[in-house]
Amino acid sequence: MADIALTHDQHHAPRGGLARWLFTTNHKDIGTLYLCFSGLMLLTGGSFAMVIRAELFQPGLQFVEPLTYNQMTTMHALVMIFGAIMPAFVGLANWMIPMMIGAPDMALPRLNNWSFWLLPFAFTLLLSTWFLPGGPPAGGWTMYPPLIFQTGAAFPFLIFAIHLMGISSVMGAINIITTVFNMRAPGMSFFKLPLFVWTWIITAFLLIAAMPVLAGVVTMLLTDKYFGTSFFNAAGGGDPVMFQHVFWFFGHPEVYIMILPAFGIVSQIVPTFARKPLFGYRSMIYAVVCIALLSFIVWAHHMFTVGMPLAGELFFMYSTILISVPTGVKVFNWVATMWRGSLSFETPMLWALAFIVLFSIGGFSGLMLGLAPVDFQYQDTYFVVAHFHYVLVTGALFAIIAAVYFWLPKWTGHMYNEGLGKLHFWLSAISVNVLFFPQHFLGLAGMPRRIPDYATQFAGWNMVSSIGGFVFGASQLIFLYLVISTVRSGAIASDQVWEGAQGLEWTLPSPPPYHSFTEAPDVP
Amino acid sequence: MNRQLIPTLAIAPATPALADWALNLPVGVTSISRTAYGLHMLAFWICVGIGVIVFGALFWAVIRHRKSRGVVAATFHENLRLEIVWIVLPFLVLIAMAVPATEALVAMNDTGNADLTIKITGQQWRWRYDYMDAGIGFFSSLDPKSAEASKRGSGIDPVSVDHYLLKVDNPLVVPVGKKIRFLTTATDVIHSWWVPALGFKKDAIPGFVNEIWARVDTPGTYRGQCTELCGVGHGFMPIVLVAMNEPDYQTWLKQMQTKQAQETAGAARVWSRDELYAKGEEVFGRICAACHQATGLGIPGVFPALKGSPIANGPVAAHMERVMNGKPGTAMPAFSTQLSDVEIAGVITYERNSWGNQMGDVVQPAEVKLARK
Repeated sequence: MADIALTHDQHHAPRGGLARWLFTTNHKDIGTLYLCFSGLMLLTGGSFAMVIRAELFQPGLQFVEPLTYNQMTTMHALVMIFGAIMPAFVGLANWMIPMMIGAPDMALPRLNNWSFWLLPFAFTLLLSTWFLPGGPPAGGWTMYPPLIFQTGAAFPFLIFAIHLMGISSVMGAINIITTVFNMRAPGMSFFKLPLFVWTWIITAFLLIAAMPVLAGVVTMLLTDKYFGTSFFNAAGGGDPVMFQHVFWFFGHPEVYIMILPAFGIVSQIVPTFARKPLFGYRSMIYAVVCIALLSFIVWAHHMFTVGMPLAGELFFMYSTILISVPTGVKVFNWVATMWRGSLSFETPMLWALAFIVLFSIGGFSGLMLGLAPVDFQYQDTYFVVAHFHYVLVTGALFAIIAAVYFWLPKWTGHMYNEGLGKLHFWLSAISVNVLFFPQHFLGLAGMPRRIPDYATQFAGWNMVSSIGGFVFGASQLIFLYLVISTVRSGAIASDQVWEGAQGLEWTLPSPPPYHSFTEAPDVP
Repeated sequence: MNRQLIPTLAIAPATPALADWALNLPVGVTSISRTAYGLHMLAFWICVGIGVIVFGALFWAVIRHRKSRGVVAATFHENLRLEIVWIVLPFLVLIAMAVPATEALVAMNDTGNADLTIKITGQQWRWRYDYMDAGIGFFSSLDPKSAEASKRGSGIDPVSVDHYLLKVDNPLVVPVGKKIRFLTTATDVIHSWWVPALGFKKDAIPGFVNEIWARVDTPGTYRGQCTELCGVGHGFMPIVLVAMNEPDYQTWLKQMQTKQAQETAGAARVWSRDELYAKGEEVFGRICAACHQATGLGIPGVFPALKGSPIANGPVAAHMERVMNGKPGTAMPAFSTQLSDVEIAGVITYERNSWGNQMGDVVQPAEVKLARK
């Protein structure tokens, strides 16, 4: 018996060199691959953002032509959403879910390998469009027809890249659901699962429901362009607005795909550094379920100005502002968790606190945008740009950074440099507000989004925003250095790592063994 | 006196102009914009109130409940009564916002009993305004000075340009105090028509017509922009709306009607090559150069070059066919519905005799008129 176990272990020990990463079926290796890929895409998408902010630093065109500018905004969004934020959450899920539920690995390891390795191909397709005649798509990441049909040779590359990303996401989601439903240690009932696992199950169901809709609607674009169909062409009996309806039926759940795991991360971090159990564990879960269900009936708030019937506008306005109730429950519960706790402020906690405050600001502007009669003023202005960057940068990205600081000592066995981590935090937290807060003012004062040049009255706040952008971008290089140096060396981290840490993952050594739990652990 | 009216429009005082470092929505000059502003401020103060309570509690905990102060953590982790309170209270707040928002939406959708109807057509990258009752219509494009200054490396300081990117050749003129019904549509891609002072934007969608209304209270010049990404010229299709007292508006209307009648008459005569070339150069710079570039070289891979192109150097009939009917599935629109006979004749003549294209022929407005049938 022992012999069998031994050979079994040897068989699964990491291979050397490149083969380890190409053929790995190990959840930690694949999690690492996802996170490294996400980091690379973050830098790529970030560099596009720097070009955008450089061009907007002053009125007039200084650096790029309008076409290149539109390509920058389109590619920035596609790379950040599908390349940076979503893979980062999948990477965190891969690393943490088996350890949190007491499993040795993911349920479907080969599928896991495949779902990761589709991504480099998807993004090679997408990014190779920079070298095609006409360059990358310039019609916005929302790909609205008829404008998107004016894309040059890049058009099919865009569509097939999205197909590959979608397949990758759906396979990742299937794997997570299968793992959590089948691989929990004995005694790990659903209402003992950590919030991160819960939010990820719900996210996985959203992915399975939403991504095929996106795949379908981009395929309709493809047939409209090349095979003579007229889904979105009024002259052929179609309707360009139908694309927007179908796209946002995917698009709004997609928004929550990028924020629910962030809720989960913050729900792990806040109790740890408050040294107090999460307030309202069950109501947190019910709130996430409510948000997920509501996400399927609010889509048209992205398109209030297309000319819907009054009844439609009213329905989507009511359902949209209703989302603030369960979202409010989450924020109130985090604050109640901290109330009368014994708080300490290590770097992960700082990022989580910034998340709660800044994500709430994004929530406030979201509530305002949900009021249809005022949305007719806000729609497609910088107010919207400010809103979704507050929820995606200071929301999703801040949670991802918090998670990396939180779990990096567990993954590597090394403590990161706390001083540098705090420097990274304060530089980022201040500059990100200098970057995005003035964009509220720009939008209210009348600056439309997606324009390469602007009227001179917008010059002041744009310059401030750009300066914030450059500092925020540069600050992330500290993060890059910190992660690399922590992987290589650093003070030895204990198994528990954080004084207030609770859960199965903290019972494993730091770094954990190649197979997390080869024997089922005792669940308290 | 009539003659002087048009120049004064161009320099009409900029009204509730948005100052540098502006922070908030303009109140605007219609009932819709005032309602929107009121709702905006209501929602803003509600958010501020919630923010003060929630962030106040959070920072209280951050300051008071610190481990470094020797605090020992409490162990409570639920309180049903509290949780019901913070579900029910926000719900009531939402109702307080939804009631006035519903009233506002109902009012905005009431486009009946309009005094006049103006059709707004968006196209890459200018607006067309058709006064359905008065029988006039015209294009409204970015002011050439702004267009020139916005070119990369133009060396012109945008600050020195009057209303940089927010000025047009022909503004939309409306009477004050009248209920105006706007119909929005488009010829190529989706655009969106927005004047903040009116309090709304409405998408202009090819193949569909949307409607919205406004009644402007105060005479003045109000500026806005296209707000739906519509290609490389998206940032360069501003909207200028001039609201006038009824007598001034009537004078302007008569003047426009006379001008358009003269233009139609001009199309009947034979034009000289130089006249057509000059007209064509003006039209090309205003309309075609955005894609095909002033150099006629286009943008490789995106917009084809006209210099040496087989169409501009081939039979006239094919050239007219392309300009008038466009190329479906590309950014090249059908200009027969957008340009006058003289303009089409001029621009084709210009294209066949520029950048080294030396066809030497001319196209007369009468030929264009014939080709329309």
